[in-house]
Amino acid sequence: MKRHEVLKIISGNIGKNDLIFSTTGMISRELFAVGDRPQNFYLLGSMGLTAPVALGLAMVKNKRKVIAIEGDGSMLLNLAVIPLAAVLKNKNFLLVVLDNEVYGSTGGQPTISSAVSLEKIAQATGFRNIKRAKTKKSFEEFLKQLLKTPGPSFLLAKVEKFQLEKIPRISLGPEAIKNRFKKAL
Amino acid sequence: MLSVDSFWSALRKQGITFFSGVPCSIFKPVLNNIPSDVVYINAPREDIALGMASGACLGGVKSAILIQNSGLGNIINGLTSFNLIYEVPVLLIITWRGYDGKDSPEHLIMGETTPDFLKIMGISYKLISDDFFQQVRWARKEMASKKIPVALLLKEGII
Repeated sequence: MKRHEVLKIISGNIGKNDLIFSTTGMISRELFAVGDRPQNFYLLGSMGLTAPVALGLAMVKNKRKVIAIEGDGSMLLNLAVIPLAAVLKNKNFLLVVLDNEVYGSTGGQPTISSAVSLEKIAQATGFRNIKRAKTKKSFEEFLKQLLKTPGPSFLLAKVEKFQLEKIPRISLGPEAIKNRFKKAL
Repeated sequence: MLSVDSFWSALRKQGITFFSGVPCSIFKPVLNNIPSDVVYINAPREDIALGMASGACLGGVKSAILIQNSGLGNIINGLTSFNLIYEVPVLLIITWRGYDGKDSPEHLIMGETTPDFLKIMGISYKLISDDFFQQVRWARKEMASKKIPVALLLKEGII
């Protein structure tokens, strides 16, 4: 399955009030292209901070579902957030990892995730629900299930290295991203 | 001397109730006596503390991080590519190891350069003293007007 297809499935299944934080690079750009909405917070930089920021918000907005979308590269950069999320046990927190085994935004250099099962790390730390999807069908099924199950939940999607061609940069500046997100809270 | 009670009450009086951080021995009395009406998250890394506090701040809850200045190195990317550009004002309470060149070797370079790192990033700061209440008030006002983080530096022997 292709990454933008997974992002489309996420956009098509989340509720109006659900909040998304997406990691730097192509993941945010593809999400912006396939499913932009004010409830999406695109991290233009800050690789490794997507899940921590999402987790902080999940703690203070515990009635809203908060979804952090990381890549394998950004997840590996700041793995320590996985045990923290498991320990904090926020029921409204879902961590999605789109794992294509490369640093796609910088030219496709390999990450080490081909040899490391990130969901096993989540399992070892005590995440409540852990799923690994290899097909669009199973991803959608797991996502639907996890969106209505108390978390913290971890959903890994093995995706192709393919990325959308000539995808535009996010046309919103950081302040605009933040301001419309805060209005949507 | 600044008492532990005064430390926490000054922060609460300015509405700051969400905290995260990585310990430093200078914080020992403060971290071993966290009041029950604030949230404190033990973060495994300083940038995770900054991220958590930033998320809380986005959600409308005033927040601060408590870190050692060695950990300032771990939050520079978060500050420059998140807080400063999205304008997310988290209070940075940073202990100042290596102040005045008197400390163990690993603290001396960061001890000498801590204010410079903050200045380069355009982050205002003050040194914490007995008058912590006024300093937190200043920080809160500064963050409200500039919408970016502000730092308060804590030397050994103040608390």
